Amino acid sequence: MIINPMPPPASTLAPSVDHLFVAMAALTGLVAITVALLMLIFVVRYRRGSKADRRDPPAGLFWLEVSWTGIPLAAFFVIFLWSTAVFSQYYRPPRNAAPVHVLAKQWMWRIEHPNGRREINQLHVPLGYPVELIMTSQDVIHSFFVPAFRLKQDVLPGRYTYAWFKPTRTGSFTLTCTQYCGTLHYSMLGQIIVMRAADYARWLATPNEEPDIIAQGATLFRSAGCSGCHVAGSSVHAPELRGLYGRAVPLSDGSTITADDNYLLDSILEPEKQVVRGFAPIMPSFRGQLSQDDLDALLAYLRSGEVP
Amino acid sequence: MNAVPRARHHDVPVPPEVLHPKSYLREGSTLWSWLTTRDHKRIALLYMISITFFFFIGGAAAGLIRLQLMSASGNLVNDRTYTELFTAHGIIMVWFFLIPSIPATLGNFLVPLMIGAKEVAFPRLNLTSWYIYTFGGLLVVATLLSGGVDTGWTFYTPLSTLFSNTRVILAAAAVFVVGFSTILTGLNFIVTVHRLRAPGMGWFRLPLFVWSQYTTSVIMVLATPVLAMTLLLMAFERLTRIGIFDPALGGDPLLFQHLFWFYSHPAVYIMVLPAMGVASEIIPCFARKRVFGYRAMAYAMLAIGAFGFLVWGHHMFVSGQSSYASEVFSLLSFIVAVPSAIKVFNWTATLYKGSIELAAPMIYALGFVVLFLIGGLTGLWLAAAALDVDLHDTYFVIAHFHYIMVGGTVMAYLGGLHFWWPKIVGRMYPERWARIAAWLIFIGFNLTFYPQFLLGLAGMPRRYHHYLAQFQLLNQLSSTGAGVLALGYLLPLVYLIWAMRRGQRAPDNPWHATGLEWHTSSPPPKENFESLPRVSGLPYDYQPTSIGPEPPHPAGPP
Repeated sequence: MIINPMPPPASTLAPSVDHLFVAMAALTGLVAITVALLMLIFVVRYRRGSKADRRDPPAGLFWLEVSWTGIPLAAFFVIFLWSTAVFSQYYRPPRNAAPVHVLAKQWMWRIEHPNGRREINQLHVPLGYPVELIMTSQDVIHSFFVPAFRLKQDVLPGRYTYAWFKPTRTGSFTLTCTQYCGTLHYSMLGQIIVMRAADYARWLATPNEEPDIIAQGATLFRSAGCSGCHVAGSSVHAPELRGLYGRAVPLSDGSTITADDNYLLDSILEPEKQVVRGFAPIMPSFRGQLSQDDLDALLAYLRSGEVP
Repeated sequence: MNAVPRARHHDVPVPPEVLHPKSYLREGSTLWSWLTTRDHKRIALLYMISITFFFFIGGAAAGLIRLQLMSASGNLVNDRTYTELFTAHGIIMVWFFLIPSIPATLGNFLVPLMIGAKEVAFPRLNLTSWYIYTFGGLLVVATLLSGGVDTGWTFYTPLSTLFSNTRVILAAAAVFVVGFSTILTGLNFIVTVHRLRAPGMGWFRLPLFVWSQYTTSVIMVLATPVLAMTLLLMAFERLTRIGIFDPALGGDPLLFQHLFWFYSHPAVYIMVLPAMGVASEIIPCFARKRVFGYRAMAYAMLAIGAFGFLVWGHHMFVSGQSSYASEVFSLLSFIVAVPSAIKVFNWTATLYKGSIELAAPMIYALGFVVLFLIGGLTGLWLAAAALDVDLHDTYFVIAHFHYIMVGGTVMAYLGGLHFWWPKIVGRMYPERWARIAAWLIFIGFNLTFYPQFLLGLAGMPRRYHHYLAQFQLLNQLSSTGAGVLALGYLLPLVYLIWAMRRGQRAPDNPWHATGLEWHTSSPPPKENFESLPRVSGLPYDYQPTSIGPEPPHPAGPP
């Protein structure tokens, strides 16, 4: 970890990036050590009171100044060309790359394969075949980062961005969001699972296993934004939902209501109708933003007692 | 510590007002006299108090962040609080400490002294700048007290406009307001340097510190208005839901980033150019050598200022901007590194055949050069677009810019404070403590931020409240370093304040330095000089073979 902290390269592009890394580390390391060493030598040799020769101290030296301007400039130009040659490959996906759709939202990755197979926070791909990601975001800007592939691309709302890779090793590789996207940014993790082609074909052929309805609700609770205000520790003054279902709730008009399904549904769609005592009516209505399936899943989740 | 005995620390106190004109510190001692002062030196001290307050607030936020990151999945603070902590740390450190740090304190104090002027060009405007800064500061304190803000200091849209339910508008207002104080300070310095130089003080006789302040001021005046407009547009979208940046409303999601970095990349040079100026004063003095390649040093700063406006797109290599744009920005980013390299080489060459004393200001200045060197070289990694794809928004970037801004700027700022403290307060700081603090800061800094380069290479993203267990060891190293660094920063706070009353009385020129600021009393009188100086020679007239007692006075008879 301390000698070479980078994860082993696992895509076709990664080794060419790593060669540039090694060259850059060598060049900048050499410059850093040379300059630091020179400073150290000068500080020791020309310390106050030493007997070193100090006649004719130079206040400038034309050829030296020209060369330490020109040589770095030339070196930088070479590295720039090298880097650009590698960088441009990120924008040239192979023609036979399989298109995979990625939808990012707070705080999950939803993947859809060309044949309609869907998965969440996981991306299964075949070893040795190129994959092109067609990505967009439902809300804020996210970033699709797979360190082992040396691959990163921001995912924007309102437009598509693209990335491609061709895996060279089987195994499971971390996918992580690198564009700060809100409170649970750090939890937007996933796995790229590289399988041998035959295994992948088998996997792809299995029908979608929909996550159970409570898990869907849990995802919605975060992705729809409920958790932004309703989890413990939120700085917004909103009622906590832990253990709410079935409980008696005091309302601002002095009455009390039992937190059943209809109450919860009303609170989501018409929040100003029944305001909990002691809270400001600041919750926005989610009417039109959640499908009935979404609402069913959210209610199932609220009923489940798994609310944080 | 020092082979040659020197007459620097006088045992005999310098006789007070008999020989010296009344110091600026004695022109009225009431709070009112300070709050209505138009003396650039007093305004510098007002700023110094204000930015020190914010430095320790921002530092406390950083301390909590590092404590939280001691554990991969602990909950010292909750998710929301963590996001508010790193946002507060960024906003406060960038706009309320780093940007005003050297210009508003040392710059305010020294620019008129160094060019032989009685005042800045617009003394009232100077005081106004401080009041505007203070008003901005109150807004940022109000932001923190009313619940904080969680967008990150970068305010990226649409997170900031439509998704965050924290105090975005208030925080943006704080930054908007403080920007005007920056603009007015910049304007003041530009006019001061153009109009108020003493007779004989030609452009190429200016100390490099003045060149650095001048270049910085130009950037401040040109870049900061763009930030103000960007924040206004952001607030406008948030309040009216009229689409500017959010595509759901018909806006452009990348526009904000272009505008923000058009300001914020030049702002990096606002933060580091003054530090270069400080190092360029300290190193020749403690090496007793004329600065190597004076003209190249001045031109390099101008080049950094100019090219700094053309590289903002290197913050956006993976944002979805055109790959051709990224390639052009990559090339320009390599080019802007050349003048920085020239400066590092010149500082190093200044040491050659010098007579070097590692007094505290020199430790800070050389520490600045080494840390700036590492920060600059790792900047080349990020300028190479192919490597930036992997490194962008990881801890590598965090380490890189902290090497520049904390290792570089804060180190130089502290070096400058020590170097000019005798001039500012008329007393010496305790040298032994100052050396201990300088080494603590240098070591603590590297222990904190070097592991973050490795974390970034390993793939740890920034702004993560919890992280994968494999990153824990390096994070713990980093947090340990932060503890050492905190101690290093607290020491000068204590002994510099102590020295204001209890330190040995400082002679007018304790370092036998050549700048005009040393040819007036310590502390200077209200109007800086008893008689207007006249300049007849080049700056940095140091000789390694003859140290003190006093170099030839560069000012002839008026």
